Amino acid sequence: MSPPRRLSDTAYLSQMLPLPLALPLAELEVGQHLYWHLGNLKIHGQVFLSSWVVIGALLALVFVGTRKLERDPRGLQNFLEFLWDYIRDLAREQIGEKAYRDWLPFIGTLFLFIFVSNWGGALLPWKLISLPHGELGAPTADINTTVALALLVSLAYFYAGLSRKGFRYFEYYVEPTPIMVPFKIVEDFTKPLSLSFRLFGNILADELVVAVLAFLVPLVVPLPAMLLGLFTSAIQALIFATLAAYYIGEAVHESHH
Amino acid sequence: MDSITSAASVLAAGLAVGLGAIGPGIGQGTAAGGAVEGIARQPEAEGKIRGTLLLSLAFMEALTIYGLVVALVLLFANPFA
Repeated sequence: MSPPRRLSDTAYLSQMLPLPLALPLAELEVGQHLYWHLGNLKIHGQVFLSSWVVIGALLALVFVGTRKLERDPRGLQNFLEFLWDYIRDLAREQIGEKAYRDWLPFIGTLFLFIFVSNWGGALLPWKLISLPHGELGAPTADINTTVALALLVSLAYFYAGLSRKGFRYFEYYVEPTPIMVPFKIVEDFTKPLSLSFRLFGNILADELVVAVLAFLVPLVVPLPAMLLGLFTSAIQALIFATLAAYYIGEAVHESHH
Repeated sequence: MDSITSAASVLAAGLAVGLGAIGPGIGQGTAAGGAVEGIARQPEAEGKIRGTLLLSLAFMEALTIYGLVVALVLLFANPFA
């Protein structure tokens, strides 16, 4: 493997772009990480740091918002109740009236973590904190995070189906005809693959587009791309949560013969 | 990285995004057209149509993003370099 490149590396970019540019404003490092060694494992420290910030922010928000509960919700409690309603409607629509309560916390956690990660990566001024290697950003722009989330969804829907229906869960594989068995098995692999790649690709693409635009024209021009990035990253969080709920709903769904 | 490999990688990265954008482009156009038609017929359903449209547009966009992921792997983490 060649050493990872920095997009801001003038030597590399001047080969591609005949521009006399070396702006310090636009820096994006792809494939550079702050490695922490844990036994034999090499882990990406910058992802851990930014996820901890996201988790801490979410915990603080929920803690402060539910400390003094009132019958007439105001301020933060009102906002949290709105979020709860939103997530409950999402889960109920996809999973169904009978089983959605068990999975509401899971779906809600996925949605909030991904949403706050995406927006936090775009909105917080991470550049103020400089690391020896790599850079802080959205935790979801690292493939490891998204693969972990997608595998969690896989485990969740298997568990949901098996715990609700027992071995009758595997009837799902031979419905409507046994010819479907290979396709349904392949589907079990493509579901986490597409879930993780969709989220990772979208978030990284947003960051790259903004970085490339900021490299070419550092002022004003990247703003619309940033706004579009905020919009798509919100939609991606919604899609991830919706699909997770849909897969769980598919697993617990009772077919009527 | 020797020059043949880098040339092939850069070319392939361009093709991956360029070709991958054709299908979703057509699909998004069809979907948006259908949504406009639906809103013209039934303006009161605009909110619902917009929500569904945005969700399905994001699904189609994911296909191009897969191409982009391949392109990024070729450019920044090339396994053959």
